[in-house]
Amino acid sequence: MDLAIIVGLDVISGIASLVLISAGLAVIFGMMKIINLAHGEFLMLGAYATVLSVSAGVNIWFAMLVIAPVFVGLVGVIVERCLIQFLYGRLVDTMLATWGLSLVIVGATTMIFGNTIVGVSSPLGGFQVGAYQSSLYTPFLALMAVFLMTAVFGVMRYTRAGLIARAVMQNPEMAATLGVNPARVYMATFGAGAAMSGLAGGLLAPVAGVVPTMGAAYIAKAFITVVGGGTSLLWGLISASGLFGFINQIAAFLTTPVFGEVILFIAAVVLIRLLPTGIAGRFFKGRL
Amino acid sequence: MQILTGMKGALIGSVIAAAAIIAAPFYVDLFQIMQLTVFAAMAVLALSLGFIWGYGGILCFGQTSFFGLGAYAYAVSAINFGDSTPAILLAILVPVVFAALLGYFMIYGGISDVYLGVITLTVSLILFNLVNSTAGDFYKIGEARLGGFNGIPGVPTFNLPGNPGYILTPEQAWMVTGIALILVYLGLRVLIASSFGRIIIAIRENETRAALLGYDPRIYKLITFMIGGAIAGFAGALYVNWGAFVSPTIFALGLSAQIIIWVIIGGRGTLIGPVIGCLLLQWMVTEIGAQQALDANFILGAILIIFVLLVPKGIAPTLRDLALSRLGRGETAPPEARVKVKT
Repeated sequence: MDLAIIVGLDVISGIASLVLISAGLAVIFGMMKIINLAHGEFLMLGAYATVLSVSAGVNIWFAMLVIAPVFVGLVGVIVERCLIQFLYGRLVDTMLATWGLSLVIVGATTMIFGNTIVGVSSPLGGFQVGAYQSSLYTPFLALMAVFLMTAVFGVMRYTRAGLIARAVMQNPEMAATLGVNPARVYMATFGAGAAMSGLAGGLLAPVAGVVPTMGAAYIAKAFITVVGGGTSLLWGLISASGLFGFINQIAAFLTTPVFGEVILFIAAVVLIRLLPTGIAGRFFKGRL
Repeated sequence: MQILTGMKGALIGSVIAAAAIIAAPFYVDLFQIMQLTVFAAMAVLALSLGFIWGYGGILCFGQTSFFGLGAYAYAVSAINFGDSTPAILLAILVPVVFAALLGYFMIYGGISDVYLGVITLTVSLILFNLVNSTAGDFYKIGEARLGGFNGIPGVPTFNLPGNPGYILTPEQAWMVTGIALILVYLGLRVLIASSFGRIIIAIRENETRAALLGYDPRIYKLITFMIGGAIAGFAGALYVNWGAFVSPTIFALGLSAQIIIWVIIGGRGTLIGPVIGCLLLQWMVTEIGAQQALDANFILGAILIIFVLLVPKGIAPTLRDLALSRLGRGETAPPEARVKVKT
């Protein structure tokens, strides 16, 4: 029974971390149909922002939940203005440019901070389930994932900005004829997506080794989740995170975490063969 | 006729290059010969992506998967057989089978370019993690221990076919690698000039139109993808032969990015472009490695961004367009001229 609870917690934390690390990527992909290959580096920048703020004496909650997303969001807006806006309509070139950007960010971070692991300690204690010990940080991550999804849903569904964003997502030309400037929306989207990545990076900082190359450890799962989910903003992300998080954690429990990742990938490739437009493209077409 | 003259130019260029390769050991010291050997092995890898991306229109971001699988297949089988000839064959066969499986799911799934790029990149990331985790006695294939992060040291290098006792000297290994590069190049030139090559170019230009003309784009794309896998796997064998060593870093993200950069700066839609791009970048990365101030990733990323923004066609096609417009033959080359680019 205790073991079942611990495995259940693992599944929930697996799903929650998939939601968190993929959210920024999914928002940018859903709105702009481009894959940001510098996504892992946005996570890394969020983690660094948190670690550096904490070591400068800032409260860890403020660093994770405010400084990291604001800083990476600003980076995102700058990147969109200086790089992405010149490549609209050239999907492949956008991917290549963001890949170049990812190398530049890794290189610059290595030059400034060196290739050593830094970190902060986890702010919450642990709790006991029978003979097993678990960290309170796990349910906190799950809460944050739920909160983030609710916030995205609320903004997209009930605000004017969300209405405009949905209009541009459905048909940019039509939105433009109605007086919306799609370029402005894309800039805001990229910034918001980057901020979500920064938040995820900040939340990961206490549980991950923060190094310039840490992004590579997360992007594989984030890519699979977003590709499996499809271009729907919210339901694709949630359904793919739910399915893949479950498969990944159960497979990791039965074998090793690495084989869990392999099995996750095989499941995703089979899924792509059956549903080329992702889960959302098949079951949640036209939804958020 | 134009294809024939193009082929004649390629042949003449190849004969000159082959002569230079055979003459090189008499003029260049051993260290530089070793450097040139790895450059040539990487150039074969560049050709594999140059072919499937530039001609097949398949955006593969994880060409290192096949390169690494070929390298590991060679290392494991060379240790087990003690003879390099079947090991080289396996280094080609294993990536081809893997490419067939992966390609089937992706290409027959009808996914877009963006998905294909992301999935192939993910494959290389996962292979990196997988091979990294194979430390310990449990993970061994026959005599060969996979060794996890430490990789497989002391891999037998190439020997004379049928005579495992005769190991090639570094100079001979250089000649084999250099000549292999030329043969792969010429083989691809012939393939592109053949009707198969014309069909895959037609599919790259307009998949629907090619399908309406009766060609199934999926099977042609899958075969192209498998040929790319075969060449990349062969390059992997050449690479292991150079270092007698293979480790999981062969699957790492940095190398995947570099292959893409070679093809981008050299030029998509040519074969000589990726080779030039590869040699230039390899030389540059070696030079950067010798100093401390600037990080290699930083420079590589900056180059990639600059080329995507400012020279999206790459060096070789841009130079050719410049030459053509100087000759007054028009501003840019028509699509079919990309096939017949002179070397």
